[in-house]
Amino acid sequence: MPTNLSARLCTFVLSLFLIAFALPAFAGPFEDAVAKFANDDYSDTEEAIGVVASSGNKLAFPIISALQDGRLMADPDSKKVYVTGADGKSIDAATGEPVASVPDSASAVRLNNRLRRSVDAAIGSLTLQSPEIGTRLQAAQSVFKSHEETALEAVDGALAKETNKSVKAALGDARAAILLFKSDATEVEKLEAVATLKTRGDQEALALLTGMGDQPASVTKAAASAIGSIQSSLAVWSGVQNAWYGLSLGSVLLLAAIGLAITFGVMGVINMAHGEMVMLGAYTTFVVQEVIRTRYPALFDYSLLIAVPLAFLVAGAIGVLIERSIIRFLYGRPLETLLATWGLSLVLQQAVRTMFGPTNREVGNPSWMSGAFELGQITITYNRLWILVFTLAVFAILLAMLRYTALGLEMRAVTQNRRMAASMGIATSRVDALTFGLGSGIAGIAGVALSQIDNVSPNLGQSYIIDSFMVVVFGGVGNLWGTLVGAFTLGIANKFLEPVAGAVLGKIAILVLIILFIQKRPRGLFALKGRAVEA
Amino acid sequence: MLSKSTHDIAASFSRRGVLAATAGLMLGLASLTGAKAADDTIKVGVLHSLSGTMAISETTLKDTILFLIDEQNKKGGVLGKKLEAVVVDPASNWPLFAEKARELITKDKVSVVFGCWTSVSRKSVLPVFKELNNILFYPVQYEGEESERNVFYTGAAPNQQAIPAVDYLMKDEKVKRWVLAGTDYVYPRTTNKILEAYLKSKGVAQEDIMINYTPFGHSDWQTIVADIKKFGSAGKKTAVVSTINGDANVPFYKELGNQGIKAKDIPVVAFSVGEEELAGIDTKPLLGHLAAWNYFQSIKSPENEKFIKAWQAYTKNPKRVTNDPMEAHVIGFDMWVKAVEKVKSTDPDKVIDALPGIEAKNLTGGTSKMLPNHHITKPVFIGEIKANGQFDVVWKTPGLVAGDAWSKELDGSKDLVGDWVGKKCGNFNTKTNKCLGSGS
Repeated sequence: MPTNLSARLCTFVLSLFLIAFALPAFAGPFEDAVAKFANDDYSDTEEAIGVVASSGNKLAFPIISALQDGRLMADPDSKKVYVTGADGKSIDAATGEPVASVPDSASAVRLNNRLRRSVDAAIGSLTLQSPEIGTRLQAAQSVFKSHEETALEAVDGALAKETNKSVKAALGDARAAILLFKSDATEVEKLEAVATLKTRGDQEALALLTGMGDQPASVTKAAASAIGSIQSSLAVWSGVQNAWYGLSLGSVLLLAAIGLAITFGVMGVINMAHGEMVMLGAYTTFVVQEVIRTRYPALFDYSLLIAVPLAFLVAGAIGVLIERSIIRFLYGRPLETLLATWGLSLVLQQAVRTMFGPTNREVGNPSWMSGAFELGQITITYNRLWILVFTLAVFAILLAMLRYTALGLEMRAVTQNRRMAASMGIATSRVDALTFGLGSGIAGIAGVALSQIDNVSPNLGQSYIIDSFMVVVFGGVGNLWGTLVGAFTLGIANKFLEPVAGAVLGKIAILVLIILFIQKRPRGLFALKGRAVEA
Repeated sequence: MLSKSTHDIAASFSRRGVLAATAGLMLGLASLTGAKAADDTIKVGVLHSLSGTMAISETTLKDTILFLIDEQNKKGGVLGKKLEAVVVDPASNWPLFAEKARELITKDKVSVVFGCWTSVSRKSVLPVFKELNNILFYPVQYEGEESERNVFYTGAAPNQQAIPAVDYLMKDEKVKRWVLAGTDYVYPRTTNKILEAYLKSKGVAQEDIMINYTPFGHSDWQTIVADIKKFGSAGKKTAVVSTINGDANVPFYKELGNQGIKAKDIPVVAFSVGEEELAGIDTKPLLGHLAAWNYFQSIKSPENEKFIKAWQAYTKNPKRVTNDPMEAHVIGFDMWVKAVEKVKSTDPDKVIDALPGIEAKNLTGGTSKMLPNHHITKPVFIGEIKANGQFDVVWKTPGLVAGDAWSKELDGSKDLVGDWVGKKCGNFNTKTNKCLGSGS
């Protein structure tokens, strides 16, 4: 056990040191500090973190990292503190001696946000020279965030040895951040720091520059110009960011509306239960994840891929059932269809509420859909990116299906001219059922994707039904490309309005714009021409 | 084109279908309201949405009252009579709340009603309770600025939740810059107005306060979270005070997590997120975010442990969580039972007069008291979200805080008090010594 050995060695050296220089007092400041962890008092814990981190003791890193992970156990009765390892072995935090077991009365030392920041800063300065590049980078970033003067020496030491380019840059930023706030740094150092932060050019640099307080006049001037240049570059980026958010919102709208573009747009059925098909898809995802969680936890990352075909089948089958049992009797009577499908949507909602309960169901994000990456100065979250890709894929497949398959040809024929299609020998009622099933199935697929960004509750569908109709009508009924362009137009317009007008007013403004637009062009963006219009 | 005969069949079919569906729904509702009542019971109305958007929160409260009635009946009921619950479903439909309240009082002749969640539903039933003179126990934290003779507010007023939370952030987290984010309706708007006035009185500049409203059920938080991130990078410690209600919280927290905003950078303190809401979220990205309540399930006290055990046994679900509005119902129910036993009658007038001054044990180890303004005294806790969906209490008020019906921070209400004992008035102006009456 190399760690134990080094820990023991260290204790040995430490005790030698103590015996030599501080003879009568056995408990040094380090041991006193460690004992403070057992007080269950946030200020004491904070003090202890500071002393332990700057003690230079070899146990400092194991103690602080155990504290971060909730593995630092403290016994309030005996005031003894233990570090438990991931392997279940424990050591006495003050001495490094291994212990057989941690007493039952010990509990993990509690942290709050303030302490978590101190822990991060401490870990940062302790791991600046770690052998792993990733750890070093993280350490440099947390030092940048905390920019405490005490870390300067460690940063300089690390900087001298660092060979990796990106870690070196991060260390340079951290050094600049520290110098900027260090009261006795020279003017030249501070000017250099401002220049470094100016090249960094992101929001965090901006935060440091705006919050730096009293500085010599030349530094203030340099900072002001740096702030100006960062702000103007960030303004450009915020335009890019709005466009991205608009695309992302547009993709969600498109995904929700694409099934409706078939049932309403192509078939002309006002399907108020469309949202519930989306909801059923989301619940299918939930059921798939539940089964995977209990039986095959290793497959969790694939749960969505498994859920997509199942959701299509479930929602599609229910769609066919609805068409066969209700909607086929109501063709050509939009009002009755509207009422019947609306009633149906209530029945489906209540059915799901009875089966799964009224509360939200947790659908987890697979690891490849969590988190974000930075592109320039904007943050792109993976879940939104994947949904955009997924939506475009679904759209392309659907378009290809309508264009190149026999069923697609039949669908188009029936919806364009039912009687002529029937005369040509197409079984129109079968095609109706399949078309409706296809639209519903695609709504189900949308539910799988929407379960990743929204609540899986019986009301899930309601929040999308209005938006879906809006997109289909705006884009032009009966035209898939219109739905695509309509969804992205609305998404982008919404996201550019939102920062100016706020989310509530932005949404109202969009609705007003659509009403005005429909007045001007009642058939939407891309109106169908020819005989299909009259049918 | 379908032939005429098919049309007829279709029409009759669909009519029959709709009829059958409606009948089925009615049957379902009827079975909820329970069997025909015997005369020797005391009826207790339960007015919580069991369907629609609010079902997610309110269904639990219905179960809580049923549970409390069950427990009370095991102890022999009240005044020698068994209690009987009359459950109705106002379906998250605000006007329907008023109708159902009227039905409970006039048709079912209930002695008391426990119910409502949103402020708008409470405002909708108020005239009914005044007109028919009955009692409503309202268990949810709300915006204050109200004290009615027929309503007893067992949830937190702003000074029992919002103000202590802001104090905590100011003192302990040294927050200098504030985002007040809320859903666009009366509770967040009033609470934010109070908070804004309070922050300004503490010397926070206008430019350090950002107020943002979103519609109900908002799901695309990208822009707002990016704005918060930007607002938070002005070199001053920033926190978000969230009055975002209901479902919208889940995508909000998800977006925060995905954009990498951690609680240690920009903490969010929420007033509407409790154990029940967290049950539907993966809590890992939320670690360290805060909530302010008067009760947390994780609080260790003998009363709480006993309650949780009994509740989980009653619901036959060992994982069923408890939350703050449930505790409010527990306290309110207990107070009502004590008041009824004190005056030996369920007559609303007598019970209303008897309630102020009644004390009941809360679940966190203290004793809450009904005040003359029909609000109660409560402790205030700040909890941090833990990985298991529970809260770790990081701060609490030294004692119990008395609920203010009228906020001391707002110009319009700082001179008003509610006093149904001495002054018999819900909005007594202490400056002019006049009762404003029911005009406001």
